[in-house]
Amino acid sequence: MNTRRKMLSDSARVAAALAAAGWLPNVAFAQSAGVWNKAAFEAKTMAELMKAMGASAPAESKDVTLTAPDIAENGAVVPIGVATTAAGVKRLLVLVEKNPNTLAAYFDVTDAVEANFSTRVKMGQSSDVYAVAITGDGKALFAKKEVKVTLGGCGG
Amino acid sequence: MADPMRIRAQASGDKATVRVLMSHEMETGQRKDASGKLVPAWFITEVSAQHNGKPVMTAQWGPAVSKNPFLQFVVKGAKAGDKISVTWVDNKGDKRTDEATVS
Repeated sequence: MNTRRKMLSDSARVAAALAAAGWLPNVAFAQSAGVWNKAAFEAKTMAELMKAMGASAPAESKDVTLTAPDIAENGAVVPIGVATTAAGVKRLLVLVEKNPNTLAAYFDVTDAVEANFSTRVKMGQSSDVYAVAITGDGKALFAKKEVKVTLGGCGG
Repeated sequence: MADPMRIRAQASGDKATVRVLMSHEMETGQRKDASGKLVPAWFITEVSAQHNGKPVMTAQWGPAVSKNPFLQFVVKGAKAGDKISVTWVDNKGDKRTDEATVS
């Protein structure tokens, strides 16, 4: 068992308990089952995010695949696929560098599913998109691709 | 209660590809409405999937996932007739579970 990960999830639980008790300012999230990784989703940079995830600085790797369009006409719906062939991957992250919050989504991998997910994300502007795979021992591997956005997904 | 999800699970060989289309606003909390007030954030925070009742994957999402989210994943060892169920929880505590049969 990765102790750093455990400590993180424990501290997330404590934070959730605090939020539920009204100690933390943003109580809106307290009702969401309490396990949502707020720190990770509020991270603005890759370094902050890796800290929140308990992983070391990521290294670029061929074992991680990121499928994304070169040009996205509509930033509100950008299809992104992340996959990895690296061994011992526990978690796959989708990051959009120039979004207000870098992390878009992450997937926890078990033995019963392949480390291969597709989804759609919003992008505010043209930016690098990262797929990051975090292994059980806290190593982070990434692949990146620049996606140009013609129409931003955060207008309104 | 939110609208049902559309789930399609297709077996090929010893694994099944599951495609899920959820119906959700996925409001980021950064958009303003016509009167200039911020629209409060409302998005799916957690998604989990079960294969014949056994949890196979969980995901956590932020507001950057698109409206009416799409998700695709591959379940190992799933064959035709197996049940795949998917559950989401949003930041308002609302949740929904739907089930599909692998074909």
